[in-house]
Amino acid sequence: MSWQVKTMAERTGDLLPGSPWTAVLYVLLTILAVTAFVTLCGLVLIYAERKVSAHFQCRLGPMRVGWHGLLQTIADTIKLLLKEDIVPRDADALLHILAPVLSFAGMLLVMIALPMSPSIQVADMNIGVLYVTAVSGLGVLGILLGGWSSNNKWSLLGAMRAGAQIISYEVSATLALLVVVLFAGTLQLSGIVQSQETGWWIWRAHGCGIVAFSIFMIAGTAEINRTPFDLAEGESELTAGFHTEYSGLRFSFFFLSEFLNMFVLAAMASTLFLGGWMPLHVGHFTVFNGIMDLLPPGLWFTLKTSAVIFLIMWFRWTFPRLRVDQLMRLEWKILLPIGFVNLFVSAACVVTGFYFFAG
Amino acid sequence: MSVNVSTLQARISGESTASSPLSTEEYFVNMGPQHPSTHGVLRLVLRLDGETVRDVVPVLGYIHRGIEKMGEHGNYRQFVHLVDRMDYLAALSNNWAVTMVVEKAAKMETTDRIQAIRTLVCELQRIQSHQLWWGVFGMDLGGFTPFFYGLRDREQLCDIFEKTIGARLTMNYIQPGGVMYDIHPDFVKDVKTFLAYFKSKLPEYDTLMSENVIIQERLRGIGKLSAERALALGATGPVLRASGVAHDLRKSEPYGLYSQVDFDVPVGTTGDCWDRYWVRMEEMRQSIRIVEQLIDNIPEGKTFMVKPAAKIKVPAGVHYSHMETPRGVLGVVLVSDGKESPYRIHCRTPNFNNLWCIGEMATGGRIGDLVAMLSSIDLVIPDIDR
Repeated sequence: MSWQVKTMAERTGDLLPGSPWTAVLYVLLTILAVTAFVTLCGLVLIYAERKVSAHFQCRLGPMRVGWHGLLQTIADTIKLLLKEDIVPRDADALLHILAPVLSFAGMLLVMIALPMSPSIQVADMNIGVLYVTAVSGLGVLGILLGGWSSNNKWSLLGAMRAGAQIISYEVSATLALLVVVLFAGTLQLSGIVQSQETGWWIWRAHGCGIVAFSIFMIAGTAEINRTPFDLAEGESELTAGFHTEYSGLRFSFFFLSEFLNMFVLAAMASTLFLGGWMPLHVGHFTVFNGIMDLLPPGLWFTLKTSAVIFLIMWFRWTFPRLRVDQLMRLEWKILLPIGFVNLFVSAACVVTGFYFFAG
Repeated sequence: MSVNVSTLQARISGESTASSPLSTEEYFVNMGPQHPSTHGVLRLVLRLDGETVRDVVPVLGYIHRGIEKMGEHGNYRQFVHLVDRMDYLAALSNNWAVTMVVEKAAKMETTDRIQAIRTLVCELQRIQSHQLWWGVFGMDLGGFTPFFYGLRDREQLCDIFEKTIGARLTMNYIQPGGVMYDIHPDFVKDVKTFLAYFKSKLPEYDTLMSENVIIQERLRGIGKLSAERALALGATGPVLRASGVAHDLRKSEPYGLYSQVDFDVPVGTTGDCWDRYWVRMEEMRQSIRIVEQLIDNIPEGKTFMVKPAAKIKVPAGVHYSHMETPRGVLGVVLVSDGKESPYRIHCRTPNFNNLWCIGEMATGGRIGDLVAMLSSIDLVIPDIDR
């Protein structure tokens, strides 16, 4: 069975010679769809986090607004919308306003490159992995600016922590990505998904995959500032870190991009290591593969991403926070050497063809 | 042995102690009075060099209510219910400390039943207090989940206290001359159920926190307090014992029924945050042992030796008595002029002295360490200010 990938960008291209206005309409619809997806995804993720954390902590979570608190997040969103929007008197107003937007934009730009199914992908760049690595770095700019422009020492501390942390961990995350790029032989995200037609890289790569996956998950969790790496926020140390001085809608932009970054991380992890929308295939066992193909690719993507998201939430509600110097030690003295060695071993595996179903 | 005493202004205007050539400028941050990790209205003025703490100056007085002064205007029994509000997590211990000094001074008789009940409820409260501390400790280190586990188990004890005492936090139970009410008929059964339950939950505490590698990294070797300095600063309770001094008034000057029960005093070796953590965890186990030995042998007898409305008169003079609360030694100085109300009362509260250890520990550490140290001292701010 071969998978025909058709992105929304390509469909627009197809429409363009016929009627330009339909193409424009299609682009607008795509933008609307992405926005709607981001909002809905945020709502679902926040609700999921509340429920997951509640059940980890022997409580029920939201139960009052709507059935099992389903509407709680919507109520909270309305509350945040109606809240007074405060810019501190001595803050740098322009940067203070710009920061959450930058943070949000970084997340949104990654979102358009994610292959959610053969037919649901906004743009499929041939340098997809590089693009994702590049634009996801934009988020740290928002955090740095937000902390710096707030004119609050706690915020500044949080921002500086975030800057050091995200830039450091990006190195390890990129090294882990490169392992998959080596095996797949392409930077294109849909190409990487299709390269896993005979099995996911997490197990096909003879151990290199699982090591890279672990490094990617650790570094990724650090990049999105979640416990045990939530030093930028550090509620018990820095009150609220870089967003101490934010309220209302601007705060919710930070909040939303934090949650969607979690989705982006999970989606990237499942795309690169767990086959993305590719069903669970084992080599050339056609009967088994056929059964697996019965589930649509979009559902596979959702299931894998949800599983990874649950793992990230599990981290958060189990582990305490690391200290600043321990965080840096973990990256530069432990993860980075392992990442490098792993990359060399993977390169050797690729050159010698020493991995499952190499043909 | 010396303790530096200086004003906040003098400490702030001190010379920069930055050692690294990379450091640019030291700055000051107010941690508190409104801060999630100070657990109340404690204000710490931090002198920071980047993330490194150079100096910590505690500033007090944000929750001063004049409890000692108020005590001079009521009678002795009324003062008991004021001290509930000092260390609110160990209200029964506070009650008992005041009761002890009054009973000692006025030479009031008590029965074994009264002493057994007092010992039992105080040990249960020690467990309760340490449960809350354990949860809050986890929260200060960045993990939210322990907080809910600690509170879940604390709730069981709250229910037991509510049945007998009628209150969950400010007990006003132990009074000069006895205890306010006899124990509830279900008390023995409930406590046994709780002990069985909690003994199965303690390993869960270990898997969630004690055995976690991040916790170990965060606590080991952090905030060391030598035995000498701990003694010089007047630290008591788990903070002192973690530094290696086996000082526990329950052993050295037994009151209540402590002389009749068998228990160990856990002692640390290095006096770091991990030792303080471990001493408290071990104390919970020892308290379980004490309660187990007493719960089946509560003697029969009266629970109140004087009429509730009887006026207590304390002979003129200075009286002192002290006891071991979950946080350390609570001493009560009572100056009486022979009238119905005390002439002067002063409480030597454990948290006040323990607080000053923070300056000793935190210098040179990180902000994250400071939070861990603060939490490992287990401060209750109203007990500091009174």
